[in-house]
Amino acid sequence: MNRLAADTWTLTQRDLRHWVAQPTPVVIGLLFPVMTVLMFGFLFGGALSVPGGGNYREFLMPGMFALTMVFSMESTMAAVVTDAQRGVTDRFRSMPMASSAVLLGRSCADMLNAAVGLVVLVVCGLLVGWRSNGSFGATVLAFALLLLLRFALIWVGIYLGLLMNGPEALAAAQILVWPLGFLSSAFVSPDTMPGWLGTVAEWNPLSATVAATRTLFGNPGVGTSWAAENAAVFAVVWPILLVVIFLPLSVRRYRALSH
Amino acid sequence: MGSETAVRAEGLTKRYGGTTVLDGVDLRLERGRVLGLLGQNGAGKTTTARVLTTLLKADSGRAEVAGFDVATEARRVRASIGLVGQHAAVDEVLNGRDNLVMFARLHGLRPSAARARANELLERFRLGDAAKRPVGKYSGGMRRRLDLAASLVCTPKVLFLDEPTTGLDPHSRAEVWAEVRALVAAGTSVLLTTQYLEEADQLADHIAVMAAGRVIAEGSPAALKADLGGDRIEVVLHEAADLARAQAVIAATTGEEPLVDNDTRMIGAPVDDRVRTLTRTVNALHDAGIDVEDVTLRRPTLDEVFLHLTGKEAA
Ligand SMILES: Nc1ncnc2c1ncn2[C@@H]1O[C@H](COP(=O)(O)OP(=O)(O)OP(=O)(O)O)[C@@H](O)[C@H]1O
Ligand SMILES: [Mg+2]
Repeated sequence: MNRLAADTWTLTQRDLRHWVAQPTPVVIGLLFPVMTVLMFGFLFGGALSVPGGGNYREFLMPGMFALTMVFSMESTMAAVVTDAQRGVTDRFRSMPMASSAVLLGRSCADMLNAAVGLVVLVVCGLLVGWRSNGSFGATVLAFALLLLLRFALIWVGIYLGLLMNGPEALAAAQILVWPLGFLSSAFVSPDTMPGWLGTVAEWNPLSATVAATRTLFGNPGVGTSWAAENAAVFAVVWPILLVVIFLPLSVRRYRALSH
Repeated sequence: MGSETAVRAEGLTKRYGGTTVLDGVDLRLERGRVLGLLGQNGAGKTTTARVLTTLLKADSGRAEVAGFDVATEARRVRASIGLVGQHAAVDEVLNGRDNLVMFARLHGLRPSAARARANELLERFRLGDAAKRPVGKYSGGMRRRLDLAASLVCTPKVLFLDEPTTGLDPHSRAEVWAEVRALVAAGTSVLLTTQYLEEADQLADHIAVMAAGRVIAEGSPAALKADLGGDRIEVVLHEAADLARAQAVIAATTGEEPLVDNDTRMIGAPVDDRVRTLTRTVNALHDAGIDVEDVTLRRPTLDEVFLHLTGKEAA
């Protein structure tokens, strides 16, 4: 157990060192959602309406928080694929370390990355006039739900990364993350989407977290559908379901590297 | 565990779908020795090394490394080995020192011991000046040296080197060879895969030749070469008109029937005592007034080894 903790920490530190050694991708990763906030908040925001009325930027920020959690799945996949390709994963596997530390270290580092990303985005939100109108407890709970979503998606990312066998597959998967992000209630209400697209957006795990955090932050535009009204439940159930499916799959896939 | 055998493999097989990659590989490496695994592309060298380093499970057969079973005692095998893969497996973003500290930590060294070990290895592999540079900016030779250093953080009992000098210039190659010799002198057992007969000849005490997932010949380098008829002399003439006369001269000096290639004006024959036959032949050609453009003495190439061995297999 001690060994597992030590090895996990060593691999988490490795990622922190990456941030220092190669800050550009980290900074771009942090700035991208900020740019998106500015673009949607000021450029398109005027043309977009908040379902039920309210300030668009107050509506937008919970969506951006959750979207950032989804998009950083790309960096998880990329890290897993790069290590496999460079032979680093094999070197780890040939060493007498705790084998689960490789995957745990990955998820710890990415959780730290998610936390930093949230802080940057919160500051950006405060600057453009977003506020949490909920209680302190509700606000903390909202951030916990966001991190829970990220935690679930880390395991999806690890699993997909282990399945992939090259940069091409990675690029393809990264493109597929986009619809998952946009086909949700992050930017516009699913009510305004055509029929089945609206239904998909309604049931997107991302939408559940978005609606639940809008409620907790006391931000407008939660929506009135059944899925939106029960968002708090789904914001917990969806991520847990993803973890229950993808964590064992990832572990199995990692073990199967020796076949 | 007191065992005199560093690596013992019996009947290893591995199939991918319909293709048999390992077809019953038997190997034995005595402690403190170097076993050269020689084979062309796709012979199964890397697959064998991966099975022995616990990265891959064989379909059947068994293997012991440093006295431990690779299938059932993987953790103990891993604690006893170092692996230098065919492609340098280091973190490109981290600098050289951070790479070594990380690998040392993962081998169970405490932070201060890991740092000390990293510094020691950086000095030994002359990477001290580059210690703080990201590995992505290293040259191929430096990366290889770091890779080798990374596989030595735990002072392995058995070291696996998968084509350690492929893609290196002659200078870097000689450096790697010198390092391997030093390790062996210090008691490490080494299993080395290579496509170069020269490399196996330089480093190995024992050579196993692989083709199509099987060991088709093995023995000491000297025995294998003797088996192949040893080295060859090749003489290139200025004038094609001299070929017939030169052939007769060379037949006399080597005592063998030379082969003549009219297009390249080259005559080749096997030689036993290398330099003496060379001197005798050059002198005889000179005395006969034959104008020689080039003379070389060379080992059989891997291709020739294979032609010879696979030819014999078929026969
Ligand atoms: N994961 C895999 N799936 C399918 N075939 C594989 C796999 N790994 C190896 N092979 C096949 O097994 C054969 C032996 O491969 P291996 O890498 O062991 O050869 P090698 O002797 O190391 O060759 P090289 O000199 O090119 O490194 C090759 O034909 C290769 O295509
Ligand atoms: Mg190979």
